[in-house]
Amino acid sequence: MSTKYRQTCFAYLAVFAVAVSLLFAAGCVRAPSDRTPDGRVIVEYWEKWTGFEGDAMQSVVDDFNRSQDKILVKKLTVSNIDHKMLLATAGGNPPDLAGLWSHNIPVYAEKGALTPLNSLLEEAGITRENYIPVFWDLCKLRGFMWALPTTPASVALHWNKKMFRDAGLDPERPPRSIEEIDRMGEQITLVEVKRNGKKERIRFTQLTPAERESYSFDIITLGYTPSEPGWWNAVWGYWFGGRLWDEDRTITADSPENIAAFTWFQSYTKKYGLNNLRKFGAAFGNFASPQNPFLAGQVAMVVQGVWMYNFIDKYAPELEWAVAPFPSVDPKRWPDVTMVECDVLVIPRGARHVREAFEFMKYVNTQPAMEKLNLGQRKFSALAVTSDDFIRSHPNRYIETFLALARSPNAIPVPRISVYNEYVDEMTVAADRIFNLLATPEEALADVQARMQWKFDRVLRRWDLIKDERLQEWSAVQ
Amino acid sequence: MTRREWREFFTGIGFISPWIVGFLAFVLYPVGASIYYSFCDYDVLTRPVWIGTLNYQDMFTDEVFWKSLRNTLYFAAVSLPFGLVLALLVAVLLNQKVKMRPGFRTIYFLPSLVPVVASAMIWLWILNGRFGLLNYALSFLGVEGPNWLSDENWTKPSIILMSLWGVGGSMVIYLAALQDVPRELYESAEIDGASSWTKFRHITIPMISPVLYFNLIMGIIGSLQVFAQPFIMFGGGGTNRSALFYAVYLYQNAFQYNQMGYACAMAWVLFIIILFLTWLATKGTRKHIYYAGE
Repeated sequence: MSTKYRQTCFAYLAVFAVAVSLLFAAGCVRAPSDRTPDGRVIVEYWEKWTGFEGDAMQSVVDDFNRSQDKILVKKLTVSNIDHKMLLATAGGNPPDLAGLWSHNIPVYAEKGALTPLNSLLEEAGITRENYIPVFWDLCKLRGFMWALPTTPASVALHWNKKMFRDAGLDPERPPRSIEEIDRMGEQITLVEVKRNGKKERIRFTQLTPAERESYSFDIITLGYTPSEPGWWNAVWGYWFGGRLWDEDRTITADSPENIAAFTWFQSYTKKYGLNNLRKFGAAFGNFASPQNPFLAGQVAMVVQGVWMYNFIDKYAPELEWAVAPFPSVDPKRWPDVTMVECDVLVIPRGARHVREAFEFMKYVNTQPAMEKLNLGQRKFSALAVTSDDFIRSHPNRYIETFLALARSPNAIPVPRISVYNEYVDEMTVAADRIFNLLATPEEALADVQARMQWKFDRVLRRWDLIKDERLQEWSAVQ
Repeated sequence: MTRREWREFFTGIGFISPWIVGFLAFVLYPVGASIYYSFCDYDVLTRPVWIGTLNYQDMFTDEVFWKSLRNTLYFAAVSLPFGLVLALLVAVLLNQKVKMRPGFRTIYFLPSLVPVVASAMIWLWILNGRFGLLNYALSFLGVEGPNWLSDENWTKPSIILMSLWGVGGSMVIYLAALQDVPRELYESAEIDGASSWTKFRHITIPMISPVLYFNLIMGIIGSLQVFAQPFIMFGGGGTNRSALFYAVYLYQNAFQYNQMGYACAMAWVLFIIILFLTWLATKGTRKHIYYAGE
């Protein structure tokens, strides 16, 4: 071999060796500096919000950074944040702070991906009394606190006043029971039928029994259907007194209350006809667009969260609308039923600056910052006390309705269960089968029950194996 | 080996070492790890716990697993033959001396250049039950089209229809093979008075049989792994999970339900299924493939 050839080989291998080591180094080494030149600790903060929601949080971050000179919070917008935080934590290089959804807490906490906050909260004097109880409880699991709320949400009935008026109903009076929803929905529903060879547009209530039975009509506008927007499949039972689990080890998908809820759900397919509803549904545009069926005046009533105002404001500012609690099956026994969810801040396990990150969490949970954030995002505050100023300057006229719903004893959180994602998917499949008349509510929910209990048992089996170790570990953080 | 040979051996190894390292780190290690994880309860966050064959046993009782497997096999069984025949048909037509031949070739190949997400979004509108172009076209024939995307009987046909739109890739391979068939074979057949069909059947098909075989194998692998289109169009699987395909269910388990161990086991079962079908296809076609070199 010539010397030159050998030299070439050597150079080649040397370059390659450097490249490989750099590649590995990049994977293992952490960010070189966690301090600004003037000595402030940098807190890395991942958040999911974009647009005006992101701006609202950014201004709170800016306020915090201005308010002191020890910590600098750097907010980074991250899509699919739950997956990315999970992988970053598993890889041992998580951010100091992350904005998740409360339904992530059970999975992440049980798997040791979060830092328990009990001692920090105690030190700071933050207790359940400071909050609307349901939002505090959403952050709690197995006796430990894992998060603090940022932007909470409750859901309520939104109705289109113009469509009420056009159908001869009092536009200011929302339905007050499930029967009223059904009946008023029928009165508002406009259909097209062929009579004597001519197409006629009439109200659903004006159809002859024969026309109803043969479903020989097209839906033009619809008063109400529980299948729109299709987001509440898992929780319809809440309005019928049902729950999804017993808060311990048993799934209760097929409880009589849940079956009653889905029997009601299916009554809509039977009333309006599967093909008619499918055809009508195919005309719906995207949720976040002027073709959203509620915004476009195709559907008169819909259950939506506090965020709906933003979409009305953006895509249908002319819409005449109002908000009221969605009535339960027995309004005397269960008034003001709603489902509540909450966006939260967590400190991932392995975060480098737990104390500094908690300082910011604490700041966000002071009344001024919390109200600024939620005014910016047009939601309400999760704190027990809300200032009159907040209500007065809030652009959503119905913000007090959402707030009152969240404070109601019948405000029910999403289940704090580590198989939540699967549960929602299974309930969606069941709702689909029920809506499409492929199964009775009893059959579909029995399937969910069997499948989810099986899955839940598997998770619990694993939890039982690691429980002692975990609880000890969490207590040691205290 | 002599010293010189050893030296050359190591020099050679040195030169291919980037590939070797890449292969070890990014292929062999993950593949090996996935075998191990398939026997574990593993959720990515905590250390894997050995549970023996429990993941594999669970698959037998998991109805959704079987449903996704049936959906996938149905899709493969229908889309594969249709796709192979259609691609060949188009390739043969485009191999004729027609006007604007390069233009037509481009047009038929174009769909396979459109990003999957974009084409899935387009098809969502084409297949829309109320405003869809397809149902609009059918209305001219006096047929009231179904709700392709929400009727469980039509979700799989929708995906199959869509997959046929992308035959451009295999069409191009056929086209290359068709142009390689020696002219003189056709000429001598013509002298003997062979019809077009006879020429196609007894000259074209045998001469392009290796390419047919190649497209068959790639088709088996591709159609069993179908993911992007159904994932975009039907997300969680559509009405009654009628469009839940194997790879989508695998993804759900791995990344939505934190059941990485189960997902790894599913991946290995899919690998064995594909291996078996490929072996079957190879065995079944061995006698009918002509290689010029042999």
